[in-house]
Amino acid sequence: MALLEVKNLGISFGGLKAVDGFNITIEEGQLYGLIGPNGAGKTTVFNLLTGVYRPTLGTITLDGKNLVGKGPAEICKSGVGRTFQNIRLFGKMTVLDNVKTALHNRVGYSELSCFLHGPVYRKKEQEMTDQAMDILKVFDLDRDADTLASNLPYGRQRKLEIARALATNPRLLLLDEPAAGMNPNETAELMDTIRLIREKYHITILLIEHDMKLVAGICEYLTVLNFGTELASGTPAEVLNDPKVITAYLGE
Amino acid sequence: MKKTSNRQTWYYAAVIVISYAVVTILLKGNLLNRQYTSLLVPIAVNIMLAVSLNLVTGFLGELTLGHAGFMSIGAYTGALISLNLGKTEVLPAPAAFALALLCGGLMAALFGFLIGVPVLRLRGDYLAIVTLAFGEIIKSVINSMEITNGARGLSKIPLYSNYTNYTVVFIIMVLTVLAITNLMNSRDGRAIMSIRDNDIAAESIGIKISHFKVKAFVFSAFFAGVAGVLYAHNVGLLKPGTFDYNKSIEILVIVVLGGMGSIRGSVIAAVILTVLPELLRGTDNLRMLLYAIVLIAMMIFNNSKIKEGLMMNRTFRKLGKKEA
Ligand SMILES: Nc1ncnc2c1ncn2[C@@H]1O[C@H](COP(=O)(O)OP(=O)(O)O)[C@@H](O)[C@H]1O
Ligand SMILES: [Mg+2]
Repeated sequence: MALLEVKNLGISFGGLKAVDGFNITIEEGQLYGLIGPNGAGKTTVFNLLTGVYRPTLGTITLDGKNLVGKGPAEICKSGVGRTFQNIRLFGKMTVLDNVKTALHNRVGYSELSCFLHGPVYRKKEQEMTDQAMDILKVFDLDRDADTLASNLPYGRQRKLEIARALATNPRLLLLDEPAAGMNPNETAELMDTIRLIREKYHITILLIEHDMKLVAGICEYLTVLNFGTELASGTPAEVLNDPKVITAYLGE
Repeated sequence: MKKTSNRQTWYYAAVIVISYAVVTILLKGNLLNRQYTSLLVPIAVNIMLAVSLNLVTGFLGELTLGHAGFMSIGAYTGALISLNLGKTEVLPAPAAFALALLCGGLMAALFGFLIGVPVLRLRGDYLAIVTLAFGEIIKSVINSMEITNGARGLSKIPLYSNYTNYTVVFIIMVLTVLAITNLMNSRDGRAIMSIRDNDIAAESIGIKISHFKVKAFVFSAFFAGVAGVLYAHNVGLLKPGTFDYNKSIEILVIVVLGGMGSIRGSVIAAVILTVLPELLRGTDNLRMLLYAIVLIAMMIFNNSKIKEGLMMNRTFRKLGKKEA
């Protein structure tokens, strides 16, 4: 069975069909790319998958279990993590605390321990700190652990968002234009990191990008979205040579 | 990391011991006249009110204007318990007072829950207006109920928490500040702050927003209720009019001046703004003017390079580090 199966997904905003008849099937372990020009509806697809919006039409299943109608927090617990195109960090909290917040549902202790800070609190907090630091190390963010998230440079904020999403232990990770605003060096480094985390954490990744070349270099499978509908799907080679895709991109 | 947190503990312990010693010396040495001894309990009460309001306004990021409402629920509940159980010697005084504190807090928390569930779906200005209305409604209800003795209020409440029992008051105040400080340095505290910083992101990592909003509201109401109980047993009489929106705004001013989300700031601002009006008493017609000038000065200091400079200073930074 596929990990994620989306059939005939659709949503309209006051007459505008932002996403219409969208299908996607992602197998466990894939690195999948969702591309398309600006305004095509890519971010809206992510918002539908994560319960930010409720679809007007269609079905979404993760490992056979329905996700439609569940709220974002519940969908996170079912194993979907995400980042945002316009960065959404917890700006007034430290880098370490950003990640520790994401461990909330994985390492727990009682309400009483929250107030009393006894041995259980100390043990579990240490466990959370260790786990968070391990994730931060992957992104070379451990040296910034005590920095406020809003004081990080832009490129590192993007990385922290990925680190935070990873901390929820997702099976499927959704990355919305993770390289936006990065220079070519940073981008190349980020793509290496993305490959690395897929191996290390055995997760499936769906990645949005509007830079075609970048996606083609890293993804094994692509879906192209245009005006809310699927234009083409296939391997990068197939998709990049598809006349419809070429027209859509040249006509942009 | 471990070292700083140990140093933090010592720092807190030192501050607590020194403050207690100072209060003891001032009182036992008869260094304070009546005007100032009567301020000791109000200082503690205002610290508790400010720190508990900061939980909702500073850490959760929701503006509420009904904090005095929770205080009054606690005050009346506690006072009725000691009038009916303590004064009539059904229970020994310490037991009656302990029960009053607990029930005052719990009753306020219950109301926090009852109004929190519907109200916290509102955003920003709407929440402020509805909580303001809540405070006024509580006042009117107390004003018209028989058990609270209406507009005449309650009197001859046993003075379990006046300045002669300052140790008890001091301990309860310290426990409140520690409880909220600890909460903010826990998983629940992080969940609460994450909602303030970005609610959409918080949901995306599995934080249930309405759950933690209500939780913060309930805890905040509980401690405001306990503060109300201390208030009632300090002055010995209660009138509904004491707990109007002016009181709510007074607490909010303390929180804003001390710094949103800074517990230490709330404590310091509560002390200054409780003592200040008394200090200015001699200056009569200049009083409001001086009060305003101090408020503005504190506000400027809060946003100034001087404070930033202090915070950059190594020793100060270490002290402030674990402050949530
Ligand atoms: N909440 C919303 N309300 C109204 N229109 C929206 C909303 N979200 C997205 N849209 C519209 O849907 C279309 C697709 O947007 P989006 O998914 O952000 O595109 P992409 O991420 O591919 O650049 C755009 O025309 C956008 O204006
Ligand atoms: Mg987008």
